[in-house]
Amino acid sequence: MDLHLKVEVLDAKTREQLCFLDKVEPHSTIGDIKSLFYKLYPRWYPARQSLTLDPKGKFLRDEEILQSLPVGTTATMYFKDLGPQLGWTTVFFAENIGPLLIYLLFYFRVPYIYSDRCAFTSSPHKVVTMACVCHTFHYLKRLIETIFVHRFSHGSMPLRTIVKNCLYYWGFSAWLAYYINHPLYTPPSYGEVQVHYAMVIFAICEMGNFSIHLSLSHLRGDRSRGRRFPAPSKNPFTWLFFFVSCPNHTYEVGTWVSFSIMTQCLPVAVFTVLGFIQMTVWAKGKHRAYVREFKDYPAVRVAIIPLIL
Amino acid sequence: MSAAAQGTSKAAHGDVAPKKKKGPGALATAYLVIYNVVMTAGWLVIAVGLVRAYVARGSYHGLYYSIEKPLKFFQTGALLEILHCAVGIVPSSVVLTGFQVLSRVFLTWAVTHSVREVQSEDSVLLFVTAWTVTEIIRYSFYTFSLLNHLPYLIKWARYTFFILLYPMGVTGELLTIYAALPYVQKTGLYSVTLPNKYNFSFDYYTFLILIMISYIPLFPQLYFHMLRQRKKVLGRTEDYSKVE
Repeated sequence: MDLHLKVEVLDAKTREQLCFLDKVEPHSTIGDIKSLFYKLYPRWYPARQSLTLDPKGKFLRDEEILQSLPVGTTATMYFKDLGPQLGWTTVFFAENIGPLLIYLLFYFRVPYIYSDRCAFTSSPHKVVTMACVCHTFHYLKRLIETIFVHRFSHGSMPLRTIVKNCLYYWGFSAWLAYYINHPLYTPPSYGEVQVHYAMVIFAICEMGNFSIHLSLSHLRGDRSRGRRFPAPSKNPFTWLFFFVSCPNHTYEVGTWVSFSIMTQCLPVAVFTVLGFIQMTVWAKGKHRAYVREFKDYPAVRVAIIPLIL
Repeated sequence: MSAAAQGTSKAAHGDVAPKKKKGPGALATAYLVIYNVVMTAGWLVIAVGLVRAYVARGSYHGLYYSIEKPLKFFQTGALLEILHCAVGIVPSSVVLTGFQVLSRVFLTWAVTHSVREVQSEDSVLLFVTAWTVTEIIRYSFYTFSLLNHLPYLIKWARYTFFILLYPMGVTGELLTIYAALPYVQKTGLYSVTLPNKYNFSFDYYTFLILIMISYIPLFPQLYFHMLRQRKKVLGRTEDYSKVE
């Protein structure tokens, strides 16, 4: 008896047969199918391929094994081209290098941004320099984390999404940098006190965020003990895990709130609110995934704001 | 099992099934019918008001003033439609509906109401007329659809009149915004300048120009979408007899 399966790949839109694979091992994965498909169609590298069992269904994960899928001896799959893809590292790098450099253009008052006589001048206010240090530090930290800390799932993002994301991050950093470094910038109403308190909170949140990223990275790396959910460790910054599923997002919100207070700049506050909304959506998704996967998930934990959200 | 028989008996018991798989409940349907009837009536009032004023004055200049209040009331009332989508009793996208309603409300309040000098412009009549005819057809379309008694004429009108009304409305809107520009610039309407405590600035003049520019990519997309919908909706009915 021939235990091999046959795989037929059809175009999801036109339903024309793109390829027919004979003698496929039943324990092959979707990833294997994608590699075989790639050999026939060299321009569609595996990351660009979306294979589904139903033309409108959800795409199959690379790790899925053929014989565990609800298919007969001939598996029919539908192919969709996801477009050019970029890996997560590239994505993160692009999203973060922009704000870093763009802010500096405004800080150094490069010509044509403000009036000619202000070109290359510097602000008399200390808070403006402090804000630049904080902003730059924040994005440098992110770049370093992207290279050395984060362990990205093998996965990628379509080019269009990256362009959209970069426009968002780069655009906002230009908008807020414009006002903070403007010759007519007004320092915070409560002066030094306001700036210093905000900076302390900023520093705490940055350290917290970094601690969480480290913790999550170790969790990913340590596959030997099976899948575990993140938990507090000896590092006090990770104790936020007692209360929330995504303390990295909590700290990030804290960072931007403190930056808003430090600069007393409305565009920064707008960016903070939008970021908070987006991060809450992500955190709630992650929280739900944790609760579904782990039966012993701590009941007191919520998604992003302790005891509240 | 006699599933087919069960199916027919269900229909016989008057199981009112809306076209979509879930659809609004009976209470929601009643509310929506009332809402759409009220809106149809409202825009009819505006239409009648326009015609009466035209007949009384003998010219079509300055007709805006005769329907200013009902226009503001009923166009602003359309904000409820965003709520309908959000709550789920209407199967449209919140974002799309929100975008459409907010752009109308913006033109009504932030341009026409706010800049008195444009109220006597003919471009205002142009978009008000386009909106009036469109809304009368649209709301009656919804009313009849909810009652499952949609006359082909209304469906045809909904998917055909836009061909003329949409460009007409867009032209009126753009001309009105354009007419408002010099006054906005002169008075600094809705604008905030530096320096200020919150380190923020907003130039309404530039904002209006950007709005006008945004029509360039948006209008063709929406227009061609409606043309495609027309093909889909009206094209099919050639197979069936014209209802009612």
